[in-house]
Amino acid sequence: MTKQQANWSPYDNNGGSCVAIAGADYCVVAADTRMSTGYNILTRDYSKICKLADKAVMASSGFQADVKALQKLLAARHLIYQHQHNKQMSCPAMAQLLSNTLYYKRFFPYYSFNVLGGLDNEGKGCVFTYDAVGSYERVGYSSQGSGSTLIMPFLDNQLKSPSPLLLPAQDAVTPLSEAEAVDLVKTVFASATERDIYTGDKLEIVVLNADGIRREYMELRKD
Amino acid sequence: MSESNRAKQSPLISEAASERTQYPYVTGTSVVALKYKDGILMASDMGGSYGSTLRYKSVERIKPIGKHSLLGASGEISDFQEILRFLDELILYDNMWDDGNSLGPKEVHNYLTRVMYNRRNKFDPLWNSLILGGVKNGQKYLGMVSMIGVNFEDNHVATGFGNHLARPILRDEWHENLSFEDGVKLLEKCMRVLLYRDRSAVNKFQVAKITEEGVTISQPYSLKTFWGFSSFQNPTVGAEGSW
Repeated sequence: MTKQQANWSPYDNNGGSCVAIAGADYCVVAADTRMSTGYNILTRDYSKICKLADKAVMASSGFQADVKALQKLLAARHLIYQHQHNKQMSCPAMAQLLSNTLYYKRFFPYYSFNVLGGLDNEGKGCVFTYDAVGSYERVGYSSQGSGSTLIMPFLDNQLKSPSPLLLPAQDAVTPLSEAEAVDLVKTVFASATERDIYTGDKLEIVVLNADGIRREYMELRKD
Repeated sequence: MSESNRAKQSPLISEAASERTQYPYVTGTSVVALKYKDGILMASDMGGSYGSTLRYKSVERIKPIGKHSLLGASGEISDFQEILRFLDELILYDNMWDDGNSLGPKEVHNYLTRVMYNRRNKFDPLWNSLILGGVKNGQKYLGMVSMIGVNFEDNHVATGFGNHLARPILRDEWHENLSFEDGVKLLEKCMRVLLYRDRSAVNKFQVAKITEEGVTISQPYSLKTFWGFSSFQNPTVGAEGSW
């Protein structure tokens, strides 16, 4: 009998875009809520944003099942951390944990593209950006996922972060106010949705600041 | 001995050492399900295909799970039957606590997501798309899991061809307050389109309902069809082609 079925793949790309922007005293993390496979939309209302700690929020796109496994693992590790230290994990500590967790599966990777946003120990906004196997970097803003090729150069153009090669090291946080950053995020997603078929339906924005965590939603194109 | 020869003899790599489903044998096609006013409605046909041969014609692909859930499956039938054995054991062991608690649809769905994802991690997948619906404590639940563990909830879901042909109809016509009659009508509309366009669909269906009161799965029945549409009679008229 000739083979009729395509061989299966352990991976799928469920699409979606993630953005995070750090400011002096806030951090904005955003992602769309569309989940796709190929040309199909599976659902228009799936949250890609996960609160890992009081001051650490992760947005992830890629393969949903891997993302879910990663979120569950980090939640379990954070619970153990709380029992051992009687406090919430800081964002930079969570950033290192995420990197180690991803690299642990270096030879059967989690197909997930993450940005981690939050507030550091000084209350300053921080963004960490990753690849699927755990390389990470602290930056002022970042974008990951299917629309990142459209979003990232636009953010570069608007935010003009100082080169990381400059000495002495310059602060990477953006000069924008919180409201301006939220506006910028809405703009980049509205634009990415125009050209990226995997981005759309709804935008979920999470804002972290000294007052705590706030959530906002904006409708996006559904085609 | 060269490195590659040694690799071939390693029991870890040999094909016979572990049997893995690398492709499906007997498969079922789409399942469609939706939330309605009082619970969940689910529909599927009863065909079991062996490649493109219609091998079985009375396969029940919708089954009740515990007291509050309904499971529908497309894909490999034998894997579905194994999943039913897993779930029977799960429900039985949970019942043996005798604490009055029972697993609801959310718990069963979560269990299924872990089983499916775990098996894909072992490179030994269960070749199914599963739909889980149910009602517990007045809460309606409807979710899906794929062969590799991708999972989500929605107001209406469909597997396989249903994703292409049924969900656009559901997105147009579904609303929160569908009555039972309208829900069944909407499902039948979807199943009729699938019957016309999915060659492995057969005209023998079951519709299942789950509410707070419990599960009812209909007797198999057929849909009325009309094959006299002019585009069915002469499908290429008006499509000239480039040659």
